This record gives sequence, C-alpha cells and structure tokens, in this order.
Amino acid sequence: MQHLLFLAPALVFVAVSTGLGFSLLNDPRKMPSMLIDKPTPPFVLASLEDDGHGFSSEELKGKVALLNIFASWCGGCRVEHPTLMALANNGIPIYGVNWKDRPGDGARWLRANKSPYVRVGEDRNGRLGIDLGVTGVPETFMIDRTGRIRYRHAGPVTDEVWRDTFVPILAGLGARQ
Amino acid sequence: MTGKCASFLACLLLAVLLPATSAPAVAPDEQLADAALEVRAREIGQQLRCVVCQNQSIDDSNAPLAHDLRQLVRERLTAGDTDAQAIDFIVARYGNFVLLKPPMQGNTILLWFGPAVILVLAGLGLGRYLKRQAAFQRLQTSTPLTRDEQERLEVLLNQRGSP
Amino acid sequence: MAPEIGHYALILALLLSVTQAGVPLVGARLRDPALMSFAGHAAFAQFAFVALAFACLTYAFVTSDFSVEVVAANSHTAKPLLYKISGVWGNHEGSMLLWVLILSVFGAAVALAGSNLPDTLRANVLAVHGMVGLGFLAFIVFTSNPFARLHPPLQDGNGLNPILQDPGLAIHPPFLYLGYVGFSMAFSFSVAALIEGKVDVCWARWVRPWVLAAWCFLTIGIALGSAWAYYTLGWGGWWFWDPVENASFMPWLAGTALLHSALVVERRNALVSWTILLGILTFSLSLIGTFLVRSGVLTSVHSFAQDPARGVFILGLLVLTTGGALTLYAFRMPGLRYGAPFAPVSRESGLTLNNMLLGAAAATVFLGTFYPLIVDLIGNDKISVGPAYYNLTFVPIMVPLLLVMAVGPALKWKRDDIREVLRRLRKPVVVSALAVILVLALTLGRDLIAAAFMGVAVWLIAGALAVLARRLRLGSVALAASVRLARATPGAFYGMVIAHAGMGLTVAGITGMTAWATEKIQMMRPGETLHLSGFDVHFKSVGNVTGPNYQAEQAVFDVAGKGRAATRLFSERRFYPVRDQQTTSAGIGTNLISNVYVTIGDPDGKGAWAVRFYYHPFVPWIWLGALTMAFGGFVSLFDRRLRVGVPQRLRVPAAAVAPA
Repeated sequence: MQHLLFLAPALVFVAVSTGLGFSLLNDPRKMPSMLIDKPTPPFVLASLEDDGHGFSSEELKGKVALLNIFASWCGGCRVEHPTLMALANNGIPIYGVNWKDRPGDGARWLRANKSPYVRVGEDRNGRLGIDLGVTGVPETFMIDRTGRIRYRHAGPVTDEVWRDTFVPILAGLGARQ
Repeated sequence: MTGKCASFLACLLLAVLLPATSAPAVAPDEQLADAALEVRAREIGQQLRCVVCQNQSIDDSNAPLAHDLRQLVRERLTAGDTDAQAIDFIVARYGNFVLLKPPMQGNTILLWFGPAVILVLAGLGLGRYLKRQAAFQRLQTSTPLTRDEQERLEVLLNQRGSP
Repeated sequence: MAPEIGHYALILALLLSVTQAGVPLVGARLRDPALMSFAGHAAFAQFAFVALAFACLTYAFVTSDFSVEVVAANSHTAKPLLYKISGVWGNHEGSMLLWVLILSVFGAAVALAGSNLPDTLRANVLAVHGMVGLGFLAFIVFTSNPFARLHPPLQDGNGLNPILQDPGLAIHPPFLYLGYVGFSMAFSFSVAALIEGKVDVCWARWVRPWVLAAWCFLTIGIALGSAWAYYTLGWGGWWFWDPVENASFMPWLAGTALLHSALVVERRNALVSWTILLGILTFSLSLIGTFLVRSGVLTSVHSFAQDPARGVFILGLLVLTTGGALTLYAFRMPGLRYGAPFAPVSRESGLTLNNMLLGAAAATVFLGTFYPLIVDLIGNDKISVGPAYYNLTFVPIMVPLLLVMAVGPALKWKRDDIREVLRRLRKPVVVSALAVILVLALTLGRDLIAAAFMGVAVWLIAGALAVLARRLRLGSVALAASVRLARATPGAFYGMVIAHAGMGLTVAGITGMTAWATEKIQMMRPGETLHLSGFDVHFKSVGNVTGPNYQAEQAVFDVAGKGRAATRLFSERRFYPVRDQQTTSAGIGTNLISNVYVTIGDPDGKGAWAVRFYYHPFVPWIWLGALTMAFGGFVSLFDRRLRVGVPQRLRVPAAAVAPA
C-alpha cells in the first residue's frame, strides 16, 4: 500500500502530460456556437443603399440558405469571395449581412467585387451580430428550411472548407427534408 | 512626518511615467446617468470575458466587441433586467466561455469541489501521519531501546540507505 | 562573425552537457575522484560557452545586426539602447538562451561554492543538472536557434512591441528565470539524493541555500511582474489569475513549502519523502509554466508566438525530466524513509500543516488553470476560470495558513502545549483584535471582511515581532543582555521574522487596494478640475512631445489633496510608427502608502479628453511586502551557519561506517 502511494505522483503526472499532449492538437481560440439547432433570431435589416431591398429572417425559411457576415474592411472576406461567387452561381442562396460597417463602404465594396448575395442588409451597430454570437468576420451560417441554424463556420469559407464541412451537412439536410 | 518631509518624499517618488498597453476601457460617454445602475453595469462588466481578447474582462478591454457588450449590458439593465438576466442574455449568445466565474454545472463540479476535496484528503493524510507519529512515540516511551538495540537500529537504518 | 561564434559556442555547450550528464554519474558510482571532479570543470566550461553565446546575441542586438532573424523581428535602430539590450530576451529564442545562461550560472555556482558537499553528491547533482541543461540546449539548437540568419538582411528591423519597451522588461524576466532555474538546482539535489539512495539532515542543510536563493529571486520576479502590470495596463490591475501568472505562482507556492519542509528534514529528519517530492515538483511546475507560455495551448496576454512544434519538444522535455524523476522516486523512495517522532502540537506539526495548506493552495491554482483545457478536450463546452473562482477557493485556503504563520515560529520543536503557545501570543492577539476594531470604526462598520484581513495582516507582523522579542528576552532581561542575545541569534531567525512580517505588509496592501480603491471617469477640458476621495485633480494642459521612436500627446495634471503637496503627473498617448501601435502611459504618484493614478484617453474632437483618475490606498505595500519577504530570504541566506564549516555528521557506530 505504501509503495502504491509513492507511485501516485508518477501516475498523476502521466495523466497530466497526456492531457497536455492532447491539448496541443486543440485550438484554444475556437468557440462553439450557441445557436446550433436553434431558430435564427428574428430580425429585419435595412438595405445598404436605401432602395428598400433589405431582408428579414422570415425570408430565410423555405429553403436551405447561407447567411454570410462580411465587412468592407475584412481581409478574410476577400479570400472567400471567389468561393461564395461560385456557390451563388450554382444556385445556393446566400444572404449577406454587412457587419459594423458604413453602409456606403459596404455598398461600394460589393459594387467593386460583384455581389454573391441574393439579399444584403446592414448591421451597422452589430446587434444582429451579437444575437448570432458573432465575434469577427467573416462568419457563415447554414440555415435549414424551417429557419433553424444548422452550422456556423468562423473564418473564410474556402473551397476546402465548403467541400469538407458544409457539403456533408447539406447532404444530411437534403436527405431529411 | 512634517509637511515638508512628506512633500519632498512625494515629489521624490513621483510622476512615474511608464508606457502601457491597452488604453483603459470604460469611456465617459458609456457610463449611465443612474449611478446605481452604473455600479451594477461595472460589476457585471468585471465578470464577463472579452472573447476576442487574450484573457481580459470586457471592462478592461478596448476591443470593439467589448465596447458593444458593455453597451448591451447597460441597455439590458436600463430595460429592467436583473443582473442574472443581463448575464444570461449574453451567455445565451456566446456560451459559458464568456463567464469569468465558471458556472456550477455538471462538468464543473470537479472544479468547484476539487479544492475542498483536496483539502479534506490532505487533512486526513496529515491526521493519519500525526497518529502514526503518536503511536510510534508511545512505543518509544513505553519500551525504550537498550543502548545495544539503539546502535543496532542505527546500523540497520544506515544500511538500508546505502547504495 | 559574432552570430557564428555564438552558434558554435551553443553547439559546444550542448556536446559538453552530454559529457557533464554522463561522466560524473559514472564517477560517483565508481567513486573515482578524477571522473567526479570532471563535473566541476564541465560546469565551468558550460558557463563559459553559454555566456559567450549570450554575449554574441547581445552584441548582435546592440549593433542592430539585421541579418540575424530574431534581431530583425524584434529590434530597430531607433530603439533606445536599454531596450536593445533587454530586447535580447524579449522574444522566445533569446529568452530561452537567458534561461540556459542562468542554468549554467547555477551549475558553476555549485561547482564553485559547493566544496562543503561530499564528492559523490556534488558529482550526482551536477550530472543531473547537466541532463537538464542538455534538454534545454537541445531544444534551443534544434528548434529555437537564436542565431538563425536572414537572407537578405533587412534594412531595418520590425521594432520591439511598445509594451515591452519598458524598464520592467529589463528586470522582470531575469529575476523570474533566476527563480525558475534556481529551483532546477533543488530538483538536481532531490534526484541526486534518490540516485545515491540517501537523504539525511546534511542533505537538507546543503540544499537549503539553493532553495532560498531561488525562492528570493522568484518572489522578486513575481512582484516585479505584478508591479509592471499595475502601471502598464492603465487601470491599476495587478493580478488577474492569468494562466501565465499562475504558472509563476505555482512554483512559488511549492517552493515556499519546500523551504519549510526542508527545515523539518534538517532539524528532525522527518518529512523526508515529502521534501524530495516537493524538490521534484517545484521545478516541474516551472517546466509546465514554460510549456504553457510557449506552446499556445491557453490564451493569455503573456504568450509568446504560438508554435505547437515547440510545444511538443517542451512536453517531451517535461516527460523525460519530471517523468523520469517521479519514476525514480516511486522506486527508490520507499527504501529511504526515516522519521523522528513529534507531537501533534509542535513546530514540526506546524510546518507540516503549513506544507499541507500550501500544497492544497498550489493544487487549487493548478486545477483552475488547467480545467478549461480539460473541459475543452472532453466536451463541446468551453469555460473560463477567472479571478472570481480563485477568490472563492484559493483565499479560504490561505486564511488558515496566514493564521498559522504567526503561531508556527512560536511553537517549540518536538512537543509543545497549545495553551502555552496561546499565552505566548497574547499580545499579538490583542493587537490584531484592536486593529480589526479600529478599521471597523474608521469605515463605520461597513467592511467586515476588509477589517478581518487587516487584522490578519497585523497578526502576522505582531506575531513575528513577538517571536523576536521573546527570543531576545526583551523586557525580561537587561537591554545589554538582549543585545548580546541579538548578536548571537543566527541570521536565519531574523530572515524568518522579516519575511513573515513582509507577508503581513502584502496582505495589508492587497486588502486596502481591494476594499477601498476608488475611480472616476469623465470628459475634461484643460483647465477643469476633478474631485475624488479628497483629491483635486487639475487638468492643466495637453501638448505634443516626440520620443526616440514615438510621437505622443502628453497631458499634464496637478493633483493635490489629503495633506499632500501638489504633485505634477504626466500621462501620454504614444504612437509608435515602426510597429503602428498606440499605447497609453499612466501618471502615477506615490508616497509609498497609497497611489494616485491618472490616464488620458480619447479626445472627443471638441476640445475635451476622457480622463480617468484612480485612488489606490495601500497598493505600494503589496510590492514592498514582497520585496521585504525576499529581503528576509536574503538575510537567511547569509546566515553564517550555511556558509562556514562542515555540518555535523550523524553519530554512526564505527562498525558500520557508511561513506558520507
């Protein structure tokens, strides 16, 4: 029994170092979304250019859609732009939220870069962002036919990200509905 | 201390000008007019983590998101929320990560009760150790060793210790 | 040329450490004097090579040699000289080189000053120390080479993060590393004892100065870090229970426990296995701290650049050193236990209780620091553990410890009577109670907890002084007799009194700052005055100033009140063009009892600025108390008994002479 007691520190250490080893594979900055499988928070967004073309959360229902949070000052948004354009051309409805930006800047950015969005709205003060648990741009949400959020990706949606993470979920949604 | 001495000391040890990192965070225009609400807002601000910073509370951080959350807290309090309701509002959106005081739930029971358990176990260990000491002491005083036995004991003890 | 010399010196040091790790070990086994004395020579040579490498790196920084990668990434020609030098360790590679330099300094110190150690022990200690050095040098040479070249060299460097351009950087890391690395010596002693298969009172006497030195340095290092945070962060925060802060605090708690348990081993040859374990664990906690800061597994303001590859190497180092030592412990320790009995109420039991509480405190900090990691690994949840947790768990463990701290020194060795002890402590009890009542009266009965903690602070100081008075028989014998007793009292006793009183000072500082700090935030125009806590803060003017590598907006404040003469404080908003970073510097005025603290914030564009004014009562005592504790430690270090003469050997019958 006494001998076992002397082995205890070594055993505890094995557990600790195993934990530390696994933690090396972990990104401490990744935050899970609180909104998975919850309905999209209801909102109405004004349009960027005073042409009455904003959108509301109701419009997201009835189909599988992407909700993309972007800003004109965001570098990652530039990175994911080609992918989003390709998805839009393939018929995936993408709704854009211009987050904490001046609507003029957002509109200018879209004109210069071509808009992949079916609809765009402005979230100047970031309140919708807070309701969605947004911490930065870009972030993309996948919303199912009933308006529930199924997946949230923080960071640019590149072709790999789309292929490896979004497509399987999309397939799952298609099969169920 | 005379006034002159005190002021000399004060001047001597003064005006330490030293560079700093983040600018202090809560701005004058963020503060609520209602002092009682403002005190509550500051206390809540100390309990919420700035999730885009490297380990700071929203009160201490000058990140834009921290600023937004500070404003949000004040809005909720002004709208009549209790402290708990305002905090729950933010937790519902950002998760438990935003709480600097970890909640009491299934996966934190070990965290909250661990220290007490450690203390109790250590206390039991200490108690056992002292009891063994007392028993050994009783043994020693009740049947003292003879000089020969004492020397043999020392030899044995030293033998066990040699490489 | 210099970087190549430095690189070559490092490689030589690495090869040398291989021999230092192996040869003396064999020599101790075979009791070959030549092989054993190799340890000392190797340690000196190690120091020479590593010092040379460090000098070369410093030279590269001072001459702004931007063909060296770390210099290019972290320095700039316009940077002031002090920060060019301290910038040597303001990055990962350079700080690891500083770590290894201090490691070699301690090795050389043992070789130099350890002549009172038996040859086998010295050889084993230096061999184990060499193994530790081998691990770190390998880490540097293979993954973190500070002499890596940049092709083509940059025209000018990236500059140093403005946060680090501060005298604090010049002194905080070196002291911290002196502490961390100093405990590696205690580690080496513990493992050497396990290898030799012998732990006795002599071992405890020999290891004590090394533990004391490391403890003093670590205390200063942590105090400096806290003070640096205080004036740097902009609102007077001095401790956030950040993972990296905890990483320095855990070795301190374990080291304090080690310091006290070694006393029991030395006096009564008890708590032996626990002390060896602590010797191993204190340095292991330093290593875990290194892992935390450099691997990126936890988010913290202190982290160096994240690099999981380096994290793997450090983890490997950790597994080899700590895992190896603990395995050796499991197999060797059962055969080594001794123990002279002591009563439940005695100095030994007091020290054992001290160790138990410190161990529980360290375990609590460990739990809080690593728990978010555990939750992150096993589930989908993510939690944070902040100051509120530690206030509810750590503080309740410390309170009984603080209370026992004044009782312990008043206890007699081996056996004492609890009523006798309380009688001896009558005066401190009364004085503390009076302090509590006084604080309650002054604060109109509002701050019960603050009053209690002030009482604890007074208890610590009064208790220490009472023990001193008893020792010198003040009042019960003639003054001349007391003076004679004072001269005959060993340094370690004074050290203990000073250190325990220092702790009381720190507790008072923490209590005052936590309970009675005030602040006011408002927009002010030049010429206006702010009022808070009896102070009048007159915002005099704002002007532009240019520094060596920054532009700044400087605000001038005149602070008067509370019987102090008017003080002029300056606060700046600085912009560093090379790094495109803005910082704010605070204006702090202190009279060593309390601080006033003012910062200038953003302008509103209409002629007003955001001004923040803070009153921090007793906050300087936090660091003055810590420095007093370290001073007490240094006083103990210079106790003549530790330096002069060979410790008395245990009386062993001639029939069984075991070589010492």
